[in-house]
Amino acid sequence: MGEWTFIALLFIISLILPAVPIIAGRLLGPRKPNPLKNSTYECGVETVGDTWVQFKVQYYIFALVFLIFDIEVVFLYPWAVAYHQLPLFGVVAGIVFIVTLAEALIYAWRKGALEWV
Amino acid sequence: MQLPILESINLMAVLPVLIIAGWACVLLVFDLLIPRSRKHWTAWLALVGLLGAAVALFFQIGHFARLGSEAAFDGMVTVDGFSIFLQVVFVLTAIVGVLLALDYLPRHGIERGEYYVLLLFTTIGMMIMSMAADLIVVFVALELLSIPLYILSGFAGMRETSEEAALKYFLLGAFASSFLVYGIALTYGGTGTTRLTGIAQAVTSDALNLPLTTVGMGLLLVGLGFKVAAVPFHMWTPDVYQGAPTPVTAFMSVGAKAGGFAALIRVLVTAFPAIASEWGTLIAVIAGLTMLLGNIVAISQSNIKRMLAYSSIAHAGYILLAVAAAQRSENASFAIGAVVFYLLAYALTNLGAFTVAIAVERDDGTGTEIDDFAGLGKTRPWMALAMALFMLSLTGMPISGGLVGKVFVFQAALQAVPGDPLLLAVVIIGVLTSVVSAFYYLKVIMVMYMREGEGKAVLPLALKTVLAATAFGTLVLGIIPGPVFQMAQRAMLK
Repeated sequence: MGEWTFIALLFIISLILPAVPIIAGRLLGPRKPNPLKNSTYECGVETVGDTWVQFKVQYYIFALVFLIFDIEVVFLYPWAVAYHQLPLFGVVAGIVFIVTLAEALIYAWRKGALEWV
Repeated sequence: MQLPILESINLMAVLPVLIIAGWACVLLVFDLLIPRSRKHWTAWLALVGLLGAAVALFFQIGHFARLGSEAAFDGMVTVDGFSIFLQVVFVLTAIVGVLLALDYLPRHGIERGEYYVLLLFTTIGMMIMSMAADLIVVFVALELLSIPLYILSGFAGMRETSEEAALKYFLLGAFASSFLVYGIALTYGGTGTTRLTGIAQAVTSDALNLPLTTVGMGLLLVGLGFKVAAVPFHMWTPDVYQGAPTPVTAFMSVGAKAGGFAALIRVLVTAFPAIASEWGTLIAVIAGLTMLLGNIVAISQSNIKRMLAYSSIAHAGYILLAVAAAQRSENASFAIGAVVFYLLAYALTNLGAFTVAIAVERDDGTGTEIDDFAGLGKTRPWMALAMALFMLSLTGMPISGGLVGKVFVFQAALQAVPGDPLLLAVVIIGVLTSVVSAFYYLKVIMVMYMREGEGKAVLPLALKTVLAATAFGTLVLGIIPGPVFQMAQRAMLK
């Protein structure tokens, strides 16, 4: 049963942590509502029109492509460091990895993802 | 440090997966060269790749029937009869998935080569899922299965329902994946390994960390329960099945579910035999709830895709019942045989039913109400007959694979009753809900034959082929189930 206590404790603490500030705010804070305070909190200027509008997110594809190569670098560093003790299979596996990512780049390029519209 | 050498990688054992993976990568680039109006070339090329994998699987069947099982990638995956059997189901489902889309995509103006490439990728995920011998592989395969499906369900992007389906599936799926990863982490914390066999040893020998491992197992159940659409993790199913393009729905209602069950069985039976009575009870309760909810809510559905979605939830319940029966080790091989057989029968029947739904659906995505089936009995007698067969099979009526599957599932559960009396109650729920399910399945038959209507349907050659093949398969499984069931039972993992 000893181990279960820890899990139960973890569970209880994880409930208490977010609950305490919320309840404390309710109990301790002064309450002076006005229409402005009661309105939905939003940053910046007030929303104009419908929220379901389409807008261009030009950066996200660049971000995605960048992310692919970011991860490539992370994986290739240990590969390159251990290069002199890798068997042939390790080298081939690394090359397959690079080729796969290169393919992704070709795909993105041909699809026009790298063009700035 | 010992680095893996080529022999321990054992590429031959995973040859079908490699064929599809390599082909999909080639096809992705090749598709760029194919002009927009010729995208059916991509479809045919995808079929070639799948057929190549099917040939490789065919040669492997004999090989693994003799050898039993073989490890690959340093023990990260195990190829055995169980995985070969399921891989056959996945490759067949993928072939059907391509054939169903062949006319559907251009008709609906959503033809893109990526459909076929993504289909191949998700098939690889399912195939790896069936051979996973390590929790990390389970996770990677699950993501490989899921991510293409998220995109595919949003493939008819200009329809708001399809967009909604993709977004819901993605958000809830990512949420479920996080449960799975947390479960893997806790299991690793409790046992010190992610290898399924290693976990099994650690669970039996080390009682100290058992609570942690048990909680981990529970979280794994949540993650996989989401994939197979078991209650209470079924919320996404109706909206996603209804919103996604119908060929995608057909594909994922079969493939993703079978993939989830493959991993579920591998994880539970291989890694957690020591706490079998715990997960057995848990799964039995989930199975009962799933059957109840799926069957009862399906009654009030008027949309065929939504009805089949609830029916797929209900069938997940029946399969879970057999999974729960696998808790007794002397009974496990029969129970797993029942699961695999049921999955095959369900795959054939459900693909057939969705094929009819595709034929009836109109170009703008409407025509998916059950009322749209009115008059089909007169205008399309053969198609109506096939649909009637599928509906009877889903209900579990004689001379259909569905009946035999249910019989095996109930028999497996009854054999396990001495170990877990709760199963008896769940079997009773199963039988009763099967009777309930007759109401909404027979309603489709009634609408087709008894009600006057236009009975319009578009049935090109590809759909006809699928329809004939699935109807034939359903009948064969219903009339001579013996050989297939023996194969399914021998497919049992060691």
